[in-house]
Order: sequence, then C-alpha cells, then structure tokens
Amino acid sequence: MAPILEVKNLSKSFGGIRAVRDVSISIERGSMSSIIGPNGAGKTTLFNLLTGIYKADTGEILFDGKNLVGKRPDQVNAAGVARTFQNIRLFHNMSVLENVMVGAHSRLKVSLWRTLFHVGGFNEQEVAVREKALNLLKFVGLAGKGDELSRNLPYGDQRRVEIARALASDPKLILFDEPTAGMNPNETQDAIGLFRRVREELGVTVVLIEHDMRVVMNISEHIDVLDYGAKIAEGTPDEIRANPRVIEAYLGRRHSKVDESANPEVA
Amino acid sequence: MTTLTALSPQPQPQGWREIIRRPGPALALLIAYIAFTTMALFGLDRTALWYPLMQIIFVPMFMFAPFLVVSAPIKTIYKVILGGVLLLLLMPLLGIYNPSWLGLAIQICVFTGLALGLNIVVGFAGLLDLGYVAFFAVGAYAWGSLTSPAGTIFTVNGWSVSPGAFYVFLIIGAAAAALVGILLGLPVLRLRGDYLAIVTLGFGEMIRVLARNADAPINFTNGAQGLHGIASPPVPGFVISFTASIGNTLGFRMENPNAVAQQLSFYVIGIIIIALIVIICRRLIDSPIGRAWTAIREDEVAALAMGVPLVKSKLMAFAMGAAFGGAIGVLYASKQTFIDPDSFQLLSSITILAMVIVGGIGSIKGVMVGAMLITLLNLSMLTNLSLQINSLKNADAVIPIVNFHFSDWPSELEPAKYGRLLFGLILVLMMIFRPAGLLPEKRRKLELTERREEVDEEPMIRDTPSGVPQERS
Repeated sequence: MAPILEVKNLSKSFGGIRAVRDVSISIERGSMSSIIGPNGAGKTTLFNLLTGIYKADTGEILFDGKNLVGKRPDQVNAAGVARTFQNIRLFHNMSVLENVMVGAHSRLKVSLWRTLFHVGGFNEQEVAVREKALNLLKFVGLAGKGDELSRNLPYGDQRRVEIARALASDPKLILFDEPTAGMNPNETQDAIGLFRRVREELGVTVVLIEHDMRVVMNISEHIDVLDYGAKIAEGTPDEIRANPRVIEAYLGRRHSKVDESANPEVA
Repeated sequence: MTTLTALSPQPQPQGWREIIRRPGPALALLIAYIAFTTMALFGLDRTALWYPLMQIIFVPMFMFAPFLVVSAPIKTIYKVILGGVLLLLLMPLLGIYNPSWLGLAIQICVFTGLALGLNIVVGFAGLLDLGYVAFFAVGAYAWGSLTSPAGTIFTVNGWSVSPGAFYVFLIIGAAAAALVGILLGLPVLRLRGDYLAIVTLGFGEMIRVLARNADAPINFTNGAQGLHGIASPPVPGFVISFTASIGNTLGFRMENPNAVAQQLSFYVIGIIIIALIVIICRRLIDSPIGRAWTAIREDEVAALAMGVPLVKSKLMAFAMGAAFGGAIGVLYASKQTFIDPDSFQLLSSITILAMVIVGGIGSIKGVMVGAMLITLLNLSMLTNLSLQINSLKNADAVIPIVNFHFSDWPSELEPAKYGRLLFGLILVLMMIFRPAGLLPEKRRKLELTERREEVDEEPMIRDTPSGVPQERS
C-alpha cells in the first residue's frame, strides 16, 4: 500500500539558519512512528511545515497523493492532518467541550445564512457536533469534564483535551508534538495506552515527536532521526539503538539521555 | 466571585437579600419600582427648582428598568409582560408627555446598536477596532446623500429616493457598510492588537476626511457643509392620530403632535432593530462561527491548526459588526435630519469602545448596559447637572452651613464643560475596580479572577528546587 505521507527533499531556512535541510520521510498508512533528535534538530519545524504553519522553501509533502506545500493550516487540517502542540495551546477560556467542538470546525457546514435563520440542518449539526465532542472526551478519559474551563484542568488532562480536539477533525494522520513532556511515569503510561487506542480503535496513523526514549522505543514501529535539520537515520527501534550516528548525535553532545528527557526542547 | 459566594456562609434566610431573591417578592418589588419611577416622572414639575436633579435621578432609574426585569429571578412570561409594558407602553406614554425623553431613548437605541456591532469585532473576535464610526458614517451617508436636498450628484440628477425607501435602506446601508468592512478587513488581516488598532484608527479618519472632501469635482457628500433635510420615513396615519388622541385623553400639552409621532415611530424602529441585533448576536455566538471567533481571540495559531479559516472568520466578524453600524447609521441620519463629517469623529469611535469596555467586553447584556449608561451620562445627566446649577444660580440659592451662594459659582466650572473629565474619571475608576466591566462575560470574569489567583501561587512555583516545571494539578 502507498504510504499515507511522503516528504521529499523538504528544506526550510530562517535567515541564515537551515532549520530543515533536504529531509525525506515516508510514513506507512496505519503505522505508529516517531521522529527523534537532539534539541534544535528541527523536529517541531518539520511539524510546522507539514501542517502549513510554515511554508517550505523547497521540496514536496505528499499526503494521500496530494501535495500539501503552499496549503494553509486550515486546509491541511481539512485534508486530514491534525496535530497537538509541544507547549499546550488550548483555548484556555473556553470550556473543555467547546475546545473539542472547535476541533471539528473543518467538518462542519458553516454559513451565515444557516446560523442566522437556524435552517439547513443547523440545529441537527449542533447536536451532532456536541455528541461527537462528548464521545471524544469519553474516549480520552475525560467524561464529565466537558463544562469545566480548560485552563482549570490539571496538566495531564489538558494534554488529553488537546488530543480530543485534534481527533474531532476526523484526521487520517495525527501529529503529536512531545505529548508526554512534563508528565509523571503513571501519566506517561496512560498516554501510551491512549496513543495505541487512537491507532487501533480509530485507525488513525500516528506520528510522535518524543524525547522520552522509553516511550519511543516502546511504541514506535519506525523511527526517523533528525540532527541539525537533516535526517541522519531511520529504521526500527532496534536498528536505531545500534546506529553509531544516532549514538554520536545524542552522546557526542550530551552526556546522558536522562538529561535529554528532563529538559523540554525549546525550538 | 462564584467561589466567594460558595465559600461564605449562606445569608440568613430571613435577610432582605434572601427575600428579594424569591420570585414572588422579586416580582412585587419590580412592579413597585416600575410604578414608582413612572409616576415620579409623570409627576415632575418642569418649573420646579430641582427639576434637573429629579431628571438625573429618575430618568436613568426608569431607563434601567428593562435590565432589572431581564435579570430578576422571575418567570420568563412575567419578564416578557413587564418588558413589553415598559418598552411599548410606558416609554411611549412618557415620550408623548415629554418628547425629550423619547429623543433620549432613541439615542440610547442608536448607541446600543453601535456598541453591540463593535462588540462583535472587539468582544467576540478580539480584533481591536478604533475606527468603527466609519461604518456608521457609511450608513448615514448612504441615506443622506440620496435624500438630502443639498444638491449631491444623486439628487441633482434626479436619483433621489422617496422617504418610503427608508426600510429598504436599512438593509442597503447595512450591506454597504459590510462591504466597506470587508474592504478594510482584507489588507489588515495579518495585523493583530496594537497594529490593527492603529490601522483601523487611520481608516476611521480616512472615511471622515473623504466625507469632508468628496464635494468636488463630483459632489457626493456636500463636504464640510454637511447634508441637511435628510428624509424621515413617512409616519403611518394611525400613529399620528394615536399620538394626538393619547395626548388629548391624558391632557398632555403638545406643541407638535406630528413631530412627536415621528419620534415615536423612530423609537419603535430603534427598538425593533435592537431586538434583531440582539437575536443575531446570540445566534452568532452559539454557533460554529462564534466558537471560531472565540478560538481566534484565544489563540490564533491553534485555531488555524484546528481548521478555522482565519481570513474568512475575521472578515465575517468585520462585515457583521460593520453591517450593524451601517443600519444604525441610516436610522441616525434620518432621525437627526442633518449629518456632517464632524458627526463621525475619532472621539465617537472611542466613546463606543468605552461603552463596550465599561459594560463588559464580549457580554451582550453588559455591552447594552454600558451603552445606556454612557449615553445617559453624555446626553442627559451631565447637561442636567449644568442646568441644575444654573437654576440654583438664578434662584440665588445658598448652601446653609458653609454659606455658599450659588451665584458665586464660576461659569468656568459648568459640569457640561467637564463632561470628558468626568467621563475619563469614570473609565479610570472602572478599570481599577471592575476591570472586566459592569456585567462581565462569564469566561472573562473567570479569566480575571484566575489571574489573580495565579499571582498568589507564583512564589510556590519558583521555590521548586529542581527548576523543572511542576505539574499544575
């Protein structure tokens, strides 16, 4: 089967800094893969390129056979790519339920006419989107928290809301940007379970950016490694563990992996 | 606020606060309040020494009654009945009795409509617009230039429209302003906050300067001289006869029943427009469009990544806000019968913004309260304060103990001259004591109280030994 996402020779520079250089990545449909690399390796920049927040200088992003380069973020979302953010970006003063409902925006028929006159199935759509959001909250384990203001939720729950919000757009591919950063070991275990269920129960292809090597090695089928904006390795977790270039990239500059996982990347 | 009431012990069941929260006593109290203020206004003696002061007290008391009705803990059916009685019976009667009150009520409708329109842009979508009055001007000039005998290109060539087209022009004015709103929106969409505010401020001035200079070579606006004799919609015959018969039956002396009937019809049109605007605002905010606006206000990048089309949503906010301004502009031009470029100064934009902020940015009811309060202050209370001091001067009144003669009151200290000072002072006090407005939108209220709590918590976070961010659970 053709890969769901094919990135070909993607490059992006900011001034003189080449944040992403000539990266090619292929993601299998229905797979669970990770993108890893030391701080500043260009992982988040790559996500921002994939979701249209940055525009690539050169290269192609083929999603389901369509080129996403030059598409706006909302168009990328409508095409079926959803994401979460490294530093949680919920709509803090909206309720948890409203957050998830906004996530479904690209799947809704939005017109002034329907809104003002409540015609054309407006009410049915509102009921349906509310129902969908409630189901997603149940799916991520936040049943009954819908009416709380999202800023009042504990940190781990805010991550869950972000995942539910991303799922509300019925994505085919979901990009998690350091979803376990700042979580304690128990929460991390729960999160791993949730990622697996996203793939297995909803059939969504999952790509993670992750620093916690236990998480990465535990759940990934395929890993791509970035360093200084370029891809230096790819393969199964075992292959990556044994790859000398990867070891050099991590250990050559930092002395322990523990240190790596404790400091969230600020890229 | 909610937490405070939850934590503090419940008030004693027999306390007066508790009693008026029950539906029965609340209804009785409300009826008594309305009856009292209405009777007080009917009973005012225009020649009395303290007449202006009485107006300062009782006119706002009466005008705020609809908000009390809406907020009272009574059944919806009673709210509808009392609201109807207030707005459609008592206010018209008081208006026939004293047309200046009717004029005031129309001005309140005008500014409430403008504040609600601006609230869509600033409150719902979070786009700071300092040139909102431009859309108001577009509506006003659309109607004015086509009906004024001032000799614009339209009327000279015989393209003037009949006064009966007024109702159609409410929609045309709204559409024209919406179009201008989109034209403004397109180039400024990438701007946020301060930058957007500066550009919209410039845009507001541009429209005013355009109105001032678009009299040559082709006369569109009649320039600085303004447009006079703008047409008013024809008043149905039954309204005139109704007004006259009410006046005769109740024994009001009326100089010009036709003019009063005209004002009465403006009042009814104003009330209907405001009702429509409120319904539209509520439908918008409880819809995917409203949620998209709130999301943009909260976090533009996240909203975009969640599939909210930024350009389309922002343009819709600009267009909707502008449309309300345009429709109200048509009403205003027609009611004033004269407009000139100075009717649409930057100060008006800022006043409308102040109404939104004082009332409670984003909250529909709050914005209406803010609009009413500031309109009353500007157009009624401050002028009446001046009148009161003048009448005390003329009567040579003396404050007993300090032996102050009102005739010694310097004419430089006339309150009307210090309107802006008082206005500014009120804004400063508001921002200190009620930063979220008089009736804050629910989530903004929470936002502000949360922030205060966060400030208290901050030292604890700094004290964590490892310097690693702690969970905020």
